[in-house]
Amino acid sequence: MRDVDAVIIGGGPAGLAAAVRLWDKGVRNLLILEREHELGGILRQCIHDGFGLTRFGETLSGPEYAQRFIDQVEARGIPCITDATVIDITRDKRVTAASREGLVEIQAKAVILSMGCRERTRGAIRIPGDRPAGVYTAGVAQAYINLQNRMVGREVVILGSGDIGMIMARRLTLEGAHVVGVFEVQPYASGLPRNILQCLDDYGIPLYLSHTVTQIKGKERLESVVISQVDDNRNPIPGTETEYPCDTLILSVGLIPENELSLSAGAELDRGSNGPVVDEHHQTTVPGIFAAGNVLQVHDLVDFVSAEAEELADSAAAYLQAGSLSECRLQVLTDGSVTHAVPRKISGEADFTLSFRVRKPAKNCRIRLVQGGETVFEKKMAKAIPAEMIQIPVKASWLKKNEDLEVKVEW
Amino acid sequence: MKCYDVVVIGAGVVGCAVARELTRYRLSVGVLEKELDVACGNSSRNTGMLHAGFTYRPGSLKAECAVEGNREFDQVAAELDVPFKRTGKLVVGFTEQDRKNILKFKAIGEQNGVTGMRMVTKEEIREIDSHAGGEFAMYVPSSGILDPMEYTIALAENAARNGAEFLFGRKVTAIDRKEKGYLLHTEAGEDVQTRWVINCAGMYAPEISEMLGYPHYPAKGFKGEYFVLDKKAGKYLAVPVYPAPNEKGGFMTHATPTVDGNVLVGPDSYVTEGREDYSTTKEHLDGLISDGRKMFDHMESQYFIRSFAGIRWKRYDPETGEILDFLLEADDDHPGTVNLVGIESPGITCALPLARRAVKKLTEKEHPAVNEAFDPRRPGIRRFSGMTEEERKHAIEEDPDYGEVVCRCENVTRAEIRQAIHNPLGVCTVTGIKNRTRATMGRCQGGYCETRITRMIEEELGIQPEDVRYSKEGGYMFTGKVRDER
Amino acid sequence: MVKSFTCIMCPRGCEISAEISDGRVCSVEGNVCPKGKDYVIQELTAPMRTIASSVLVEGGELPLASVRLNRPVPKERIFDVMEEIRKVKIKAPAVLGQTVIADVLGLGSDVIVTKNVRKKS
Repeated sequence: MRDVDAVIIGGGPAGLAAAVRLWDKGVRNLLILEREHELGGILRQCIHDGFGLTRFGETLSGPEYAQRFIDQVEARGIPCITDATVIDITRDKRVTAASREGLVEIQAKAVILSMGCRERTRGAIRIPGDRPAGVYTAGVAQAYINLQNRMVGREVVILGSGDIGMIMARRLTLEGAHVVGVFEVQPYASGLPRNILQCLDDYGIPLYLSHTVTQIKGKERLESVVISQVDDNRNPIPGTETEYPCDTLILSVGLIPENELSLSAGAELDRGSNGPVVDEHHQTTVPGIFAAGNVLQVHDLVDFVSAEAEELADSAAAYLQAGSLSECRLQVLTDGSVTHAVPRKISGEADFTLSFRVRKPAKNCRIRLVQGGETVFEKKMAKAIPAEMIQIPVKASWLKKNEDLEVKVEW
Repeated sequence: MKCYDVVVIGAGVVGCAVARELTRYRLSVGVLEKELDVACGNSSRNTGMLHAGFTYRPGSLKAECAVEGNREFDQVAAELDVPFKRTGKLVVGFTEQDRKNILKFKAIGEQNGVTGMRMVTKEEIREIDSHAGGEFAMYVPSSGILDPMEYTIALAENAARNGAEFLFGRKVTAIDRKEKGYLLHTEAGEDVQTRWVINCAGMYAPEISEMLGYPHYPAKGFKGEYFVLDKKAGKYLAVPVYPAPNEKGGFMTHATPTVDGNVLVGPDSYVTEGREDYSTTKEHLDGLISDGRKMFDHMESQYFIRSFAGIRWKRYDPETGEILDFLLEADDDHPGTVNLVGIESPGITCALPLARRAVKKLTEKEHPAVNEAFDPRRPGIRRFSGMTEEERKHAIEEDPDYGEVVCRCENVTRAEIRQAIHNPLGVCTVTGIKNRTRATMGRCQGGYCETRITRMIEEELGIQPEDVRYSKEGGYMFTGKVRDER
Repeated sequence: MVKSFTCIMCPRGCEISAEISDGRVCSVEGNVCPKGKDYVIQELTAPMRTIASSVLVEGGELPLASVRLNRPVPKERIFDVMEEIRKVKIKAPAVLGQTVIADVLGLGSDVIVTKNVRKKS
């Protein structure tokens, strides 16, 4: 059994940023556990550029962005064990990982959850039809193409306009595949506008909104998909079916925070974000267990993941020093206008970053933070879309100390 | 040309059980299967119930074999090292008609020799399983759950270890009767010669039956769709919960825990024409959601991880439409043949009893010598997920591959994948590995591990990316490399 | 004439409407930073893009090293650049920042490695 002050579960962007900041705050007995052979997490396969503009003032590819943090970790000599998959975390912060050298057993004072997220699958969105080869989630196709040098297909339909889906549309086109189109069930794109332009429009790939795959055909390899238009309730409209011959279907239909280990540690999950319920210290409902990055809430920009993990590290360092953190008795409440909110609990006595997404696109909307019926903050936004996370640096000076905080978007 | 004493056509659960029982004798046994693995048809597309035998007509082959197969299964599961739980079953009712139907089949069950069935109240239902629906129920203690895929694999592996040969990708297209046996033509172009043929072709049994000179028995397909729910839902269901049967003994949508801790909701039932149309449909999946909720209160979309369909091909009387019993026949007009037709539910429960009866037709005729070396035991792949911490430490020490987790949802290690790739049957499809290890069967459905498994298949077997198959011959995974390494 | 653009200079993706006459940008609206105007002018006259791809690595822990252009190239030359990238094969180790094609097709942009790939041990 190895005793550490802080153990970091996952060496992707969140874990790396948390590690560096913890070290710089004087927490030296820490350990990163990473299941892959290399640090960097999902960024290793995100070879497109567009990372780091906020953080470094320049636009980098995923591996380059990761390497900047890996270099910092290495320069500090922060201990890490790679090729080690965490298989259990307990409430009293015992962490067990499997590795080729044996089971790694850690007793930590603080646990940093930074496991990232997974992709939503065909089964979860219930696409009916056959079960042939050739149906891939966007991230799996990306790993095959960018890490393993394996080409997944030639004639491609993409379901879902998430950023990875659009980026894979471009990637596949550059490598000689023909992308028939990107089909999105919502009446708006779920990825960023710039990706519609530079990944789809630039290559003449059509984007069809309010469309979905209603049948998968092919006994052995995928042969075709049937696409239907959907109504306002996302139900397919009979008579609108079009069959597209293709050998590959790529699904980019959402990301889900990966919280199996958080659950085993006893952390409560939020039904809006699918990540752990956290307070303004990024602390889960289990004292001393913290979460940041895509395991907490799915981000659209890695720059914000790093920033969130650094905020976490500040709190975790304070926790390790004091043994506990200030209590957060006030709830952050949301209505149907937003998808979720992070954090869910605040003290009312400290500054914090409030993150959320609007549920549907809005123009000229108003964001209001309300306590006890009184608006404590208000902001007008010319444009708000679900693809962009909204973050508000909330000041303690705005807040009342004894009322829950409501987040509202009005238009 | 391959030459056998006996050829079994079809490597479903019945064919594999027959092959295994044949290897108890000194006979050369070949199994011809059109797919690339065992249990590719309906043997793996069912609920995985070990049935008790209370819905089948007394005196029928179904009733006789179900009760016999149920009684012996603890020993079978131990011999073949397959997961099995004798959970019992709740058959729940809401109306007086339901009660009448349940009591009718309770009496039939007793006549068939099913023991221990008892009526229970709503309160007792909740004591047995607090998430089961129903106003009253019949509790059937002898019902159990198993993994039909792994059971079939185990039977086949045991047969292979005892000398049977499995030939995959060999669809039988024609059979010529020769002086001393039969010549089987396959789609692959090669012929196989044999003295005996045992027809275990499942849904294609009527065609093979005709090729052997027996009648073409008409069969009707009853398709049913299923949802597989996450293990998070599995913790709410301990016991299979079935609705009261209709007057003919048919069950509609039910909820069944699996031996791995998931929940199956389904099947519904509708007539289909497509012989291998295993596609799922929006209409029926929607129906499962509403019907499933009556049986199980955690039938929620957040738990859906996949759906699938199976088809029960039932033999019927074209004049009356009546569904007929399993058919097992062998007569002197067709020497050297055993014909099994219309084997559907409860085929898993009945597989070994049917196999013994089929083999007996052969042994009665020619009294082959007993295979003294026959070993009924088949070791399964040791699963990391099922080990205690001490066992895990020990396993990694012995084989470091046990320390490398490949599938993070089901905690499947490199050691297990490697053993599955080198399975005794020589199966190397992605779904073959999945079915032998549970890798990719968790909530991320291979999002993390599929890329690792395909790489291992290439490396361990030394094959090219273009030759990796998902599950069928035409089901290639890759069109090639992004950058040609040559 | 008013034309609308989605700026791709940063993830914000401003929707810019530009007043254009005689092929010249008179005024822009909707951009939150000056890059937006530059983007519109460039986009109107000669759209430029960068791309990312991979090159073969011989004897590396990974079969491929990711690469990108360090400066944008004319949009219509993207597939020509891809042809050049496809021809490249380097030996491990690949080092982040390493130039694999200098001044590709004379377009003033280098193809650089964006990932370290160690030698296979």
